[in-house]
Amino acid sequence: MRQTEVMVIGGGPAGLSAAVEAASLGCQVLVVDSDLKLGGQLIKQTHKFFGSKEEHAGTRGYQIADILFRELEENKDRIQILSNTTAVGYYKEDGVISCVTGEDEYFRVKPQRVIMATGAQEKMIPFPNNDLPGVYGAGAVQTLMNVYGVMPGKRVLMVGAGNIGLIVSYQMKQAGVDIAGIVEFMPHVGGYWVHAAKDRRLGIPIYLRHTILEALGDRFVTGAVIQEVGAKGGLEGEPKKIDCDVICMAVGLTPTCELLWQAGCEMVFVPELCGYVAKRDNQMRTSVPTIWVAGDAAGIEEASSAMVEGRVAGLNAARSLARLMDSEFDARSSLYWKRLSDLRAGPVGEKIRYGISQACCGSWEV
Amino acid sequence: MEMDMLFNSGILTGERPGAVKPPQELWETKQNGLVIIECPQRIPCNPCHTSCPTGAVLPFEDINDTPRIDYSKCTGCTMCVAKCPGLACFVVDLTYGGADEALMKLPYEMLPVPEVGAEVDCLNRSGEAVSKGKVVRVMEPWKDKTLVVHVSVPKALVMDIRAIRVVK
Repeated sequence: MRQTEVMVIGGGPAGLSAAVEAASLGCQVLVVDSDLKLGGQLIKQTHKFFGSKEEHAGTRGYQIADILFRELEENKDRIQILSNTTAVGYYKEDGVISCVTGEDEYFRVKPQRVIMATGAQEKMIPFPNNDLPGVYGAGAVQTLMNVYGVMPGKRVLMVGAGNIGLIVSYQMKQAGVDIAGIVEFMPHVGGYWVHAAKDRRLGIPIYLRHTILEALGDRFVTGAVIQEVGAKGGLEGEPKKIDCDVICMAVGLTPTCELLWQAGCEMVFVPELCGYVAKRDNQMRTSVPTIWVAGDAAGIEEASSAMVEGRVAGLNAARSLARLMDSEFDARSSLYWKRLSDLRAGPVGEKIRYGISQACCGSWEV
Repeated sequence: MEMDMLFNSGILTGERPGAVKPPQELWETKQNGLVIIECPQRIPCNPCHTSCPTGAVLPFEDINDTPRIDYSKCTGCTMCVAKCPGLACFVVDLTYGGADEALMKLPYEMLPVPEVGAEVDCLNRSGEAVSKGKVVRVMEPWKDKTLVVHVSVPKALVMDIRAIRVVK
């Protein structure tokens, strides 16, 4: 059985930040990631990030991944990375985590501390024929285009005008894919207005107050039917047929939390954080004292805040192993929390702030 | 209502905090132009300020503030045009060319790269071609693949044109 001081589950922005933080403070760290390549969603993000300089605003996502990779390299003596490796089970009795590399190479790990940075999964909405080939999640479209250089199709209908729907539409346009339109149920775009403006000025229509009724096609997608939605949510007007060979779903994410359930962490359903999340104290520690949570697994937000949360989790894991003085802990901790509160301060952070107030217990010590 | 729905779908017209026109008098005479930033939503983002070499984009008290500009300091250098993650900065030089002409410096992240001297379609906020323009210069201020294309356009359309499309 493998031993490690800190095990980080998930090698995206939160997990890599946590690993670098803990390792730079002297902890032995094991990172497992289910994908072939580290970096989580960052490696697919060709657009420049928002935020402040500290979170590398104005830098493209995949280049932020490169920055994190360099930090991993600087701490390579203390970080072991296992990619293509999924943590599949947490055994409450003894805190052992079982993992599988590839299809069949099972092994067990006994970590002293665990940081769950398992990210998120895409949501789906029900409509007839949504299982036809050609109906993709936005993440899959990004993987095809931006990791493997494969065009997803010729003409795409995007469902959802949140930031992901808006950004992926722009990326497809850059790749030379025709965008038939973006369908959005709400009377306004959900993502940043400037992202919508980028799409609109390239001629991409955004159908507000519309929904998808069905996918058309026999063996694969050949079109879609959309219709306007009234103020009370009922269908209005005539259904419109859209010709397309891809329907791209960007209708939201939900935290990946199976291991947290298995570990017996106290869980709470918070709609503003997009699903079940672990209750945590004000240092991201769950009700199981050896487990911290960070990033989208703690509630759907942005990569910029995920990276800071990862730092918080890594810092606290290191402190629990007595790897730093209280004064240094306090200095780093207050810096990270200041950055998080700055990122969440505006109107778009309102939902997040409320969600966190529902999930955060302040302190586990009574 | 119609205007609201358009705005809500990303057609960011009209002056409001975070989206103001430069003062006309200064604008008419300022060589190399002045920046127009169309960023009317409070979002956590400040690279327009941190990338500005002259301090024309004022410091943010809160990172969620919308940008404020000291136009007396703007040199039309386009560092913000190329840095803004939302591609929401545009420089307009009203002193360029003939009486009915202006130079726009627009962010560009598409293919193919426009050629200097080429005639391109000028697109408005909803992607309609509203005029032809001529490419004067193609810059890459941060060497990061976001280009800034200098294009001469009809002066009357500087508040409509927001993108270009290479004509194949």
